[in-house]
Amino acid sequence: MILKFLLKRILASLPTLFIVSVFVFLLLRMVPGDPAALVVGDVANSAELARVRAEMGLDKPLPAQYLLWLADVLRGDFGYSFMNREAVLPALMERFQVTVQVIALAFLLSAAVAIPAGVFAAWRQNRRADIAIVTSATLLLSVPSFWMGILLILLFGVKLGWLPTLGFVPFQQSPTEWLLHIIMPTAALVFVETAILTRLMRASTIEVLGQEYITYARSKGLPESIVLRRHTLKNAITPTLTMLGLILGSLLSGTVVIETIFGLPGLGRFLIDAIYARDYPVIQGTLLFIVLIYVAINIVIDLLYPLLDPRVRQA
Amino acid sequence: MRFLPAPFRRPVYLLSFFGIAALLLAAVLGAFYTPYDPLSLSVDARLQGPSWDHWLGTDHFGRDLLSRLLVGAAVSFRVSLATVTVALVLGVTLGTAAGYFRGLADRIVSSIIDAFLAMPGILLALALIAVIGPGELGVIAALGIAYTPNVARVVRGNVLSLRETNFVETAQIFGHPHWYILWRHIVPHVGGPLTVLASAYFAQALLSESVLSFLGLGVPPPHPSWGGILAEGRRFIADAPWLTIYPGLLIMISLFCINLLGDALRDYLDPRFEPAS
Repeated sequence: MILKFLLKRILASLPTLFIVSVFVFLLLRMVPGDPAALVVGDVANSAELARVRAEMGLDKPLPAQYLLWLADVLRGDFGYSFMNREAVLPALMERFQVTVQVIALAFLLSAAVAIPAGVFAAWRQNRRADIAIVTSATLLLSVPSFWMGILLILLFGVKLGWLPTLGFVPFQQSPTEWLLHIIMPTAALVFVETAILTRLMRASTIEVLGQEYITYARSKGLPESIVLRRHTLKNAITPTLTMLGLILGSLLSGTVVIETIFGLPGLGRFLIDAIYARDYPVIQGTLLFIVLIYVAINIVIDLLYPLLDPRVRQA
Repeated sequence: MRFLPAPFRRPVYLLSFFGIAALLLAAVLGAFYTPYDPLSLSVDARLQGPSWDHWLGTDHFGRDLLSRLLVGAAVSFRVSLATVTVALVLGVTLGTAAGYFRGLADRIVSSIIDAFLAMPGILLALALIAVIGPGELGVIAALGIAYTPNVARVVRGNVLSLRETNFVETAQIFGHPHWYILWRHIVPHVGGPLTVLASAYFAQALLSESVLSFLGLGVPPPHPSWGGILAEGRRFIADAPWLTIYPGLLIMISLFCINLLGDALRDYLDPRFEPAS
């Protein structure tokens, strides 16, 4: 049953993956000039260029090139970096581990603040507390995370000297050093993320509070705390959960510049370095990798949804 | 204040209007006049703190920060406006075509929209810039294309429900050509929800432009942009913190005012809105 559902969802995401793969493939061909010339560099003679062109399959027609490239991708090999001839996928996985740690920590911290704040604001809709929460959320939403990162460096790194401003230490090596290095990049992301989540939570809670079953729960004399926790929170969280792909997207976007500022060897920094170096296989691989994660997360959410919402299970 | 519709009367919203007006004024001013030449170097005036001569201080080349921020404001607002225009024109065209004609056109456009929505906007823009190349036009094209799928999706949804309305069906029975129905009856009704979306993407574009310029992929130095000034100032953060504080503060104030304006517009267009007691 679950297997059938899973298969159906994977099939349904095939058009997305196909279009993205074509786009990502064409990305390299849209670059003015010859990709082979980028690989061999300035010193190439024409014989060398022709050899690399044949090696990269550039002498074949475009659809054939696409299929060859796709076969490489499906074989679990995202191509090789122009810069150091390293395989792209293993490098991506290694970088992604760092990014995931920052993203997960930032998400957990912001959810811990945003869920109660959003529910409370909705409960006091249009009262002073709500306006205060919404206004502060809008203010936080407006603080660019990279500026926040620099301000944190200025305060805790330069002025106070409490925290290291650059680099990353793996958890296995030293948990305290890991925390010290990861705390500022995470904090820089948390503010914006809390704001986004609070606004989402508030909107979906307002929606739920307008339902008849809430009026019913109140009219049968249930205390507000039970109404909010048992009847409202559960129903308000599920729509926010479907936004997880969007939230992940905003976190990933944030890490691009945050990792550059804090010198974290993560996915975002990898992409930026690849763009500086015009390392197109890495750019292609990173984009494809991110889309695969996005699609996978949305499938997982669809699988989780019936567990959280019995109404979907029956349908 | 009485003449304003209820949702706009909140003090924070009023504040945001004045904020946006002031920023726009500064941007226009920056295009024509600055206290100093934003590009001229001065060895004697390097890394000076805020003073009467240089209200916001100078950078490591002795360039006046206020002048550079004024010109940067013009760049930021120009790029954001152009980006939103590109996204709106492309998005409305694609979304209306998909929603109105349905069938094969809809299926093709919708799957393309879904596919591009799987890539976060700024990452898509980065990939496009890697191909188009940095610079002001590159940023506008990349961000404009990156935001198009979102606009197209919203427009498509609206048009799908609009084409079932009586006035559109009547127009079809009258035998009006498609382009006439689209132009007269569909596009004007899409406008309302689009203003909210446009303000949100204006803020997004402003932020993304500063991120791209900060990364050295947007407006190229020595031409001033808020993100670029931040990136250069970061190197002197210990000695000249004003170089990082002021540009960031300007980005934040701009985003805050635009976001508040978006909220006010949303409340205004929301038929369920009740004014705060």
